[in-house]
Amino acid sequence: MTRPTRSRIPFIPIAAATLFAVAGLVPKADAATPAEILSGYSAQAGSTPSPARGEQLFTAGHGREWRCASCHGAVPTQPGKHAATGKPIGPLAPAFNPERFSDSAKVEKWFRRNCRDVVGRECSAGEKADVLSWLMTLQR
Amino acid sequence: MTLFRRRLLAPLLAIAAAAPVHPAGAGDGPRALGTAMLPAYRQECGACHIPYPPAMLPPASWQRVMSDLPRHYGTDASLDAPTVAALSNWLGANAGTSKRVREEPPQDRITRSAWFVRKHDEVPATAWKLPAVKSPANCVACHVQADRGDFNEHLVRIPR
Repeated sequence: MTRPTRSRIPFIPIAAATLFAVAGLVPKADAATPAEILSGYSAQAGSTPSPARGEQLFTAGHGREWRCASCHGAVPTQPGKHAATGKPIGPLAPAFNPERFSDSAKVEKWFRRNCRDVVGRECSAGEKADVLSWLMTLQR
Repeated sequence: MTLFRRRLLAPLLAIAAAAPVHPAGAGDGPRALGTAMLPAYRQECGACHIPYPPAMLPPASWQRVMSDLPRHYGTDASLDAPTVAALSNWLGANAGTSKRVREEPPQDRITRSAWFVRKHDEVPATAWKLPAVKSPANCVACHVQADRGDFNEHLVRIPR
């Protein structure tokens, strides 16, 4: 019996490459939807979120150099721009940018940094819920 | 190849082709200042400005930058401790060691290094104030490939 010839197509490397590519699609531990993140903050706050308060917090000055709107725009449905570096920033409203509010760790990181810069302290869970509830009202 | 493998191959290739490519250092340019960029560095330290090549500062400067992230040139850039540690290690290992970068510039600002000032001495002062530029820290405004580590002066385009 003749020995089967070895295929010229490298099956095993292709299978391995596919596994690696697909591994990148495995959802990460912090993956979430805007609605899930919102209900998390509301539950923590023990109150119903108010989009009106959220808009106010976002657009008003808090006695410091920047507002949220300074980088994100007053109605963040368009790309924004970093107020100091000029770097483009993708739209913040989730209906205009599917990456937004999809990773709870990332959301926490940016709320921490940006509230400290804008408000001078961390935002409360209620404030985060207010802002997110307002951002979710911004639809096409 | 066995029949089984042959049948599996086309779907596998289709999946592999459809999966998104991770920007894990790909597209850094052929000699991006000698270093492939750590994906976490590009992500965390390239969110607000281009990820500055680590070779542009000496280790001591990077150490100071990483030790005070909540007060990062006027803004809060704080990160969780494990990420700070990982980035600090990588920066320390890839920091500049050439003679040109031995100096620790004022405020650890790349743009106040003697070599930077010298290299940009033909740029008119007004150019830094253009809305499209804003500051010397905004490399990519003129060095269009800066976020890939390519600062070749032949690719410079100063905006109007």
